Parts: sequence; C-alpha cells; structure tokens
Amino acid sequence: MATTEKMTLNMGPQHPSTHGVLRLVLELDGEVITKVTPDIGYLHRGVEKLSEHRTYHQVLPLTDRLDYLAPMSNNLGYILTVEKLLGIKVPERAETIRIIMAELTRLQSHLVWLACHALDIGAMTVFIYAFREREVVMETYELISGARMTSNFFRAGGLSMDVPPEFEKKVRDFVDSMPGYLDQYEGLLTTNPIWLKRTIGNGVISAEDAIDIGLTGPALRGSGVDWDLRRDNSYSGYDKYKFEIPVGENCDTFDRYKVRLVEMREACKIIQQALDNLKPGPVLADDPQVCYPKKDDVYNSIEGLIHHFKIASEGYPVPEGEVYQGVEAPKGELGFYIVSDGSSRPYRLRIRPPSFVNLQALEKMSTGSMIADLVAVIGTLDIVLGEIDR
Amino acid sequence: MAENNRAVVKLKENFAASIIDVAEFRGEVTVTVKKDEILQVLSCLKQVCQYNLLTDVTAVDYLGKKDERYMMVYHLYSIPNKDRIRIKAAVSEADCRIQSATQVWLTANWLEREVYDLFGITFENHPNLCRILMTPEWEGYPLRKDYPLQGPDREPYKGRLS
Repeated sequence: MATTEKMTLNMGPQHPSTHGVLRLVLELDGEVITKVTPDIGYLHRGVEKLSEHRTYHQVLPLTDRLDYLAPMSNNLGYILTVEKLLGIKVPERAETIRIIMAELTRLQSHLVWLACHALDIGAMTVFIYAFREREVVMETYELISGARMTSNFFRAGGLSMDVPPEFEKKVRDFVDSMPGYLDQYEGLLTTNPIWLKRTIGNGVISAEDAIDIGLTGPALRGSGVDWDLRRDNSYSGYDKYKFEIPVGENCDTFDRYKVRLVEMREACKIIQQALDNLKPGPVLADDPQVCYPKKDDVYNSIEGLIHHFKIASEGYPVPEGEVYQGVEAPKGELGFYIVSDGSSRPYRLRIRPPSFVNLQALEKMSTGSMIADLVAVIGTLDIVLGEIDR
Repeated sequence: MAENNRAVVKLKENFAASIIDVAEFRGEVTVTVKKDEILQVLSCLKQVCQYNLLTDVTAVDYLGKKDERYMMVYHLYSIPNKDRIRIKAAVSEADCRIQSATQVWLTANWLEREVYDLFGITFENHPNLCRILMTPEWEGYPLRKDYPLQGPDREPYKGRLS
C-alpha cells in the first residue's frame, strides 16, 4: 500500500503570484493545504518610526510609498487626519479635485488587481487590456503632479497647486470610455467557464467570520456586509455624490470580483458628478500658518521667501490631541491615528493598513483548498506588501 | 457630548470603578480604563453595544511624559451603528503586559503581535506571540522612544557635511 506523508513547502518570498515579497510556509497533504503561515516584514522600512522624526509636511511623501498602487488614497487619509487635528477647512475646488483623484486611484488600483488576479489564474489577455487603461490614470497623475506613482500632491489645507486646463477633458474622456472597457473585461471573464470554475466557491468566508477577522473594503462587501466609509462616515464631501455600494451574496472570489467591477463603474459616476461640480476657485485654504505661500510670492518678494522657508524648515505647530481618521481606500479601511504633543512633528503616527489585516484572513480562506486555489485567494484579497510591511 | 455617548453610558453602568477618564476631542470619544479590566470592557462593548469590528490595536510610548510608560489604544467600530470609540489602557514599564484581546476578536492576533514586536508589550493568553515585521532574532523594540532612529549600532545621522 502506498504511504503518504505531509510536506512543508516554501512559497515565496520571490513568487510571481504573491504580489510582492510575501513568503508563505505551506503544510501540504498531497496538493491540499492543511496550514498556511504567512511570513511578512521583508519590506519593513519603519515608516511609523521615521514619521516621529519629520515634520507633518515631510511625512506626506512617505505615505505615497505605503500602498504604491493607490498613492493618492494614502495621501488623502493622512492629510485628512492632519486637517482634523488642525481643524482647518478646505476650499470646495480642492475637495472636488481630491475626490476625482481618489476615485481615479480606486480605478487604477482595481485595474491592477483585475490584471494580476486574472493573470494569476491564467487569463493573460485581461492583463494587457487593464494596463492599457491604467496608463491613462498614470498619465493624469503625471499631468497634475509630475510623478506617475509617488504623487505627493495633496497638502494640509488643499492641494499643492491647481490642475492644468487639459485635466478636465482628459479625465472626462477617460471616465466616459471606461464603462466600455469594463464591458470588454467582463466579456473576457464574467461568463468564461474557466474563470467561473476557478472563482465560484473559492475562498469562502462568512460575514460573521469576515468581521471577526477584521476584513474591510471590497473583501468584506463580497461577503454581504453593506458598509462603506464613503457613505456611512462621509469625509472630504463624499456625501454630496450619489453612488451605489455593491454587495455580494455568496462570499466567494467570484462575488468579490463582481463587487470590485461594480465599484469601478460607480467610481466613474462619482468622477463624472465631481467634474460637473468643478468650479474655479482657490485650491488652498487661507491659513498662512499652515499653507505654503503662492510660488509667485516666493520668487518675487522677500516676505514670501521667508514664509516659505519657515514652513519648509520648521513646519507648523499642530494642536495637542489625538485623532483617528479612516478612509475607504481601494483595499479597505485605511486609518491614520496621530498623537500630537503640540509640536511640529507627530508624537506618534500609526497607520492602520487594510492589506495587513486582510491578509490575516488568508489562512481561514485557503485551508483545505488546493495550492492553485491559494493563488486565487491571494489575488482576491488584493494585498500590497508595501502597505503590509510599512 | 462624551457623557451622553451610548457606549460611555453603558460602560459607566457596568464598570464605574475602572473608568479613569472620558474625553472628547474633534468629535472622537476616548475612554481610558484600568488595564486589569480591559478584556471585560472590550467584550461588553462588543456584546452589548454592537462594536463588532476591531479596527486597530496599537500602543504609544510616553517615555518621560507619564508615570505609566505605555498606553494601549484600541479603535472599535460598530457596523450597525456606524460609530467609533477609542479605548485606552495604561501599561507600566515594570509590569509590561496586558490581557490579549484575541478571545474577543481574531483580528487582534496580528495587531497584537505587531505591538509586541515594535513596543515589547507582552499579551497574556495570545495564541502565537512572536515577532511579525522584524526578524525573529532581532534585539530591541524599534518603536520605543529610547530606540535610536538609525538603529542600535550606527552613528546618528548628522546631516550632510558638504
């Protein structure tokens, strides 16, 4: 009689389907997984420690590098937290542009998710198509901030600068054509028998289990929990927009796929409404203690130069206290918790990364399934290691 | 006001003796409790007040600023009621441990491991308390205020010389 024994297999840290440097130690019975132990920390850069030694303004570029597939969502979460501490109000134009960029970021992040998720399961064509559209978002990033990924565009009190005139047309053309592209992806996947076989019934997690383990974002909504911070704890003026929150039923990978696709269509609607609302006006609050002076003043007057130099070198004092602000990032609830001691540097800055908490569900969702299905579960959780390891 | 907050009312009914402070800042309610009763407080909030999602667990090091050096911070969210509450409990350096919240929420597992890894606070009854971001053989706890920014064995950065 044939004998079998359990095998321990090392997956990663360099493995194409682990989406970065994630190492998984698998215990296998044949091809069936009996235990998964994620090993993280390969990208730990000490962002929280570094933040304690930098001014509030200097922390902003660090946040771009958390979830590098959704830089503006991170910027938004951090800036909103600082603004909450400062208690300053942002001009309407700046808020509207922030929403446009946050939703474009959601599109971009979901496009990368769709591309890599499909590629992992073997559908390569979608990858090429999704990256084609992602390129437009990257170009928009470059247009307004000069950088394709590390945007560093928002400022406490508004934006670093106004958007160029061609911005509106570029974004409108993109969101008008996006539903057609989404139909293309759906045509390749939604009724594709291989895709259905790989995703239906894969990575099932019930709503109670999902809440208990802390899942947030599309992963939680795929399990049927109707909760979205943009609607339920509105921030940055999201309450002015009409959009649907898609919710899944079967708690599996296919439902999470559908939820994210609907989210992309809803993001387009939000951007269209925001573009209709976009009116000329200031993009930075009138608060000289916190906000940088206009570049014109910096170059042409000594007072402006001193003003700029003071903020850049010393930063601005922030009232003593502690605040938490969560935003609905593409991957789930991204939270920033800042303790201020009244100086110009955070006393403690804590980042609550959605991917870190979501990855914890991996073990529950993949134990008992095959290795190939584990790859689908990693894809459906939509993790980014830059954010997990910080 | 913080006194009228539904969770604060409930906690005052059940744990009047262990509440040290109730504060409100920028619309956020913070309740500081004694660390011995942290587990009972958290499970009461989950069972009775429907705070079903543990958003975050973290710590703050108040070296030289407060008598009790560390402060554990729990962020709770109620999906049915869409509101938040922050629970804090002080942990002294001499007795650097607290009950693990993993019995109440599975979420706490990794979040507490991270606090252990970076602050060195021990969680009692934690199923797998080991380092998570740093390597297993790492010495010291990086997020403590007395841990140097540039690492333990390196000269402090003095800025560019040229």
